[in-house]
Amino acid sequence: MINTKQLVALLVIFGLIATCPFWIVSPSTLNTVIAILYIALLGQAWNILGGYGGQFSFGHAAFFGTGAYTVAVLQIQFGINPWLGMVAGGLLAMGVALFVGFASFRYGLRGSYFALVTLAFAEVLRILSNSVGFTGGGVGILIPLERDIANMQFADNRGYFWLIWTLCLACFLTVWWLGRSRFGAWLMAVRDNEDAARALGVDVFKTKMGAVALSGFFSGLAGVFYAQFYLYLDPLIAYGSAISIESLLVPIIGGMGTLFGPLIGAAVIHTLSEVTRHNIGDVPGVALAIYGVLLIVIVMFLPRGLISIFSVAKRAFSKRRPANA
Amino acid sequence: MLEVNGISKSFGGLKAVDNVSMKIAEGSLVSLIGPNGAGKTTFFALVTGFHKPDSGTVTLAGSDILGVKPSDIARAGMVRTFQIVQPFAGQTVRENIAVGAHLRHTSRRDALDRAREVAEKVGLGDRLDQDAADLTVAGRKRLEVARALATDPKLVLFDEVLAGLNPSEIRDVIPVIRAVRDSGVTILLIEHVMQAVMSLSEYTFVLNQGRLIAEGEPRAVAANQTVVEAYLGPGMAARLKRQAAEVPA
Amino acid sequence: MIDPVILIPSLINGLTTGALYALVALGLTLIYGVLHIINFAHGAMLMMALYGVFFLNRLFGIDPYVALLIVPPAMFAIGYALQRGIIGRASHGRDENILLVTLGLSIIIENMALYFFRSDTRTIETPYSFEVVEFAGAFVPVAKVVAFFGALVTAALLWAFMSKTDLGRAIRALAKERKGARLVGINVDHVFAMSFGIGVACLGVAACLLMPSYYVNPQVGYGFVLIAFTTVVLGGMGSFVGAMIGGLVIGVVEAMGGLFLGDSLGQFGIFAIFILILMFRPTGLLGHKV
Repeated sequence: MINTKQLVALLVIFGLIATCPFWIVSPSTLNTVIAILYIALLGQAWNILGGYGGQFSFGHAAFFGTGAYTVAVLQIQFGINPWLGMVAGGLLAMGVALFVGFASFRYGLRGSYFALVTLAFAEVLRILSNSVGFTGGGVGILIPLERDIANMQFADNRGYFWLIWTLCLACFLTVWWLGRSRFGAWLMAVRDNEDAARALGVDVFKTKMGAVALSGFFSGLAGVFYAQFYLYLDPLIAYGSAISIESLLVPIIGGMGTLFGPLIGAAVIHTLSEVTRHNIGDVPGVALAIYGVLLIVIVMFLPRGLISIFSVAKRAFSKRRPANA
Repeated sequence: MLEVNGISKSFGGLKAVDNVSMKIAEGSLVSLIGPNGAGKTTFFALVTGFHKPDSGTVTLAGSDILGVKPSDIARAGMVRTFQIVQPFAGQTVRENIAVGAHLRHTSRRDALDRAREVAEKVGLGDRLDQDAADLTVAGRKRLEVARALATDPKLVLFDEVLAGLNPSEIRDVIPVIRAVRDSGVTILLIEHVMQAVMSLSEYTFVLNQGRLIAEGEPRAVAANQTVVEAYLGPGMAARLKRQAAEVPA
Repeated sequence: MIDPVILIPSLINGLTTGALYALVALGLTLIYGVLHIINFAHGAMLMMALYGVFFLNRLFGIDPYVALLIVPPAMFAIGYALQRGIIGRASHGRDENILLVTLGLSIIIENMALYFFRSDTRTIETPYSFEVVEFAGAFVPVAKVVAFFGALVTAALLWAFMSKTDLGRAIRALAKERKGARLVGINVDHVFAMSFGIGVACLGVAACLLMPSYYVNPQVGYGFVLIAFTTVVLGGMGSFVGAMIGGLVIGVVEAMGGLFLGDSLGQFGIFAIFILILMFRPTGLLGHKV
């Protein structure tokens, strides 16, 4: 079998994470696990397009925010159940992603142009959500508190844990599949050399569209989770640059184009912010400034991310390179 | 197999390919030669859909492929390699070849198996798990060939797969190309290495300044005055001829 | 039909704002348009320069226009050092890496500003803060008029620098042919850092001219990033005249957008232009010029 070891590793890791609600007593500790899974989902979603597809988006908030607003607006304006809203949120985010992708890839925008265009799309959505009525405008949108599984609001945060655990696992399994599927092989070929891929029969445009759709879908699901967890949204939260930056930071720090990179990145980023908060207090700016330093250090010295520390060690033991790792 | 009729392409006023026609029969091994800048690589790019010709027609196995995307042309059975090798760096040799194999194989395992077969055929069998970026020039050329073959093509266009190799490496690769032809694949190759052109190809086209100036059997073409002039410039050709006349046979 | 009494002031307002955009974009035209260094920290560096102008005024009573003698050279030094020490090293020859490293820089600069200066919005007061000139029925602050002409002068100086000086020629050579430039003995790293420094120094100029009519807070730069990139692309990637015109166009689009669609949608038009121009005419309105 191909990549079976990875699948086993993935299932073991998620299995271990699944034991958390049974032995973690403190809700705040469980919230840490929830936060890491949520950040990992955000990062893994970006990783599909950025890490596996080589298309660096600076505007994943466009997809995240669409997912978040969809589930919130559907509940409040139309009384639609959030479980249904979650599906709609993912699909609508995918729709936005396909639109952004079409506008960019159809016209051959790559590299920095693609990054800037995605950022511009996110900004356009931020301005729009600030101006139209049904999003609550700049004031934001508050989802009424009604703790009930049917409302995707959980009195016990173990409910949120299982929700994000499931979403995250689905996303990681999708990325595992990329590493062992034709679509994934084509996607990585496009990332590494578009012309060569094209010559070998890869439809570059369609492949990128597939990647942006998947990426947008999972990013939208992360947005849905955010909305249901915090029950509040405003244009800056949903479509602001913070989400876009966090999305790319996670896999870049952990290891782009790898299955476990985003998990490592999420754990490191979250731990780092908790540690700084603990030591310096809730001073604005410090934690984020450290992210910035980390980003530069990684790009300069560890371009394959923290996970490459492991693969160097692994290479010492076995000859086979974990190319799809 | 391939029929090209009067294709032309200009880049900013410069005619890179000028009214070129050629017919390539199924199962043949044909070469395309010409001095640097003659438009050979542009011709490949036009035929395989990377550039759109300004005029002319291209048909592959009877169907019109003008304006068809490169990926669809590859699917229809014609693939090209690149003069400047384009490995998927960071992926292993096997993974590189599997990208080509996926054109006909959906399953990852089938593609990887096919990649191994092809790798063995071109002499990369012992380098399957090596990073493609770590291959030598000769290894990368073989990889170009392997990836193209993995797509199970009917017709391959090889763009200088021998350039940059030393004589012993050339000697190693020539049988590989011949074996490809013997397996039923039609081949058109751009080549600078005349030894290869002479020993491999049955028929040769000569391109100069975008125009087809001669065609025929390689030996006849090599003796052709126009061709020699195109390569060496008229002065040099004349001097060579004089020298040849002075030296009694 | 909108009353000219509203339209004309709005148009003039757009033009003066546009001149500010152009001013900010001029440095980026050199950095991104000519050398293709994607400086995502452009906005953050502007913010840094604005704080410089602010504190020179607040602590030492130095007039922003006098600060023109201090802030641009200081920004030049910072820019040179950043390019030589960090950006150039981290790129590993890839566009995306420069984008990421400058993103990292912008995160650091913005958050350090947040840490040290808090998120308060600050302004300075000068003797001419409230002076206006009347022009075609519109009252334009003197500071904006100065900024308008300052932008023109800066654009002209940059153009002259690029076409008349040895360094300018070296930069253009480098932009065209990196390897060749190295071969003819141009110190590539130095020239890159010089251009980056000059581009960042332009931000110093922009900050001095902006501050009397503007404000500073840690987030102020972010709003300029996309606008500056839009201006550079609109102006044809590397043309200073183009950037000047691009800036004015954007200012007018924003003002008209605000007038017709409401203030909150004013910037919508800018990003729409940006997206459309990248899709359909990536060489910009004026085509490619160096």
